[in-house]
Amino acid sequence: MDRIPILKMGPFLLVTIQVDLYDRLALNLENDLITMVSKTEAKGVLIDISAVSIVDSFMGRILGNIASMSRIMDAETVVVGMQPAVAITLVELGLTLQGVHTALNVEKGMELLQNKIGLNLLNQEEYQEPADDTDL
Amino acid sequence: MIQISKDSMPILREQDVVPFRNRVRELATKIGMSLVNQTKLITAASELVRNMLKYANGGKVLLELISRNGQTGVRLTFEDQGPGIKDIDLAMKDGFSTGKSLGLGLPGTKRLVNEFSIKSVPGEGTTVTITHWKNGR
Repeated sequence: MDRIPILKMGPFLLVTIQVDLYDRLALNLENDLITMVSKTEAKGVLIDISAVSIVDSFMGRILGNIASMSRIMDAETVVVGMQPAVAITLVELGLTLQGVHTALNVEKGMELLQNKIGLNLLNQEEYQEPADDTDL
Repeated sequence: MIQISKDSMPILREQDVVPFRNRVRELATKIGMSLVNQTKLITAASELVRNMLKYANGGKVLLELISRNGQTGVRLTFEDQGPGIKDIDLAMKDGFSTGKSLGLGLPGTKRLVNEFSIKSVPGEGTTVTITHWKNGR
């Protein structure tokens, strides 16, 4: 089966797309991600597309779909690492990825997600750091 | 205009899209096209093969390296025997789509490349030709 691995890290799901996406793979990813968001109660989804050299309108639509679906499932999505040439091409094509958060790299993307959900996390005990990290 | 090389590739299934894009990239790299221009050309090509698969069950693409007035470029001709386009002016309008895509297809594609032409006969098929020059102008 063609699948892109999804990693769970705390309240986040991480996806690194390392290959050029063809349709089936992209649709599987959309499906798998939304299922995982529901199953793991993830609060954020980070998609790294730094290795993707082509984003056409189909791929753009998939990214938009993932963001909207995640939002309905109470999770934020951030797309990171877009290559400059891809950004230039997307805008000329007319695809502005509205509603999708973006960040330059994984680190900044994680920061963004943490800020986005930070307030919620403070109020939710299940996401607090393990006990050995808290001050005694 | 001088034709430097010529090749054709059938596009019949979704799985043909990625190898096709790689062929286009090879040609663009061969003439030293910059990364941004390569990306624009390949994205445009990707949009057009998708149209071909979606509306015409595939077709074939002619890939050429050409030279005109001392400039080299990549010319791609997408030919299908699909239902054709009834109103090309309408199809070239931003935001118009009969399919379930975003409606960026044709006008978006046109913006990405240097030259774009489309011919279509309803009931017979559609031919789209795009050319992108090495320096993107």
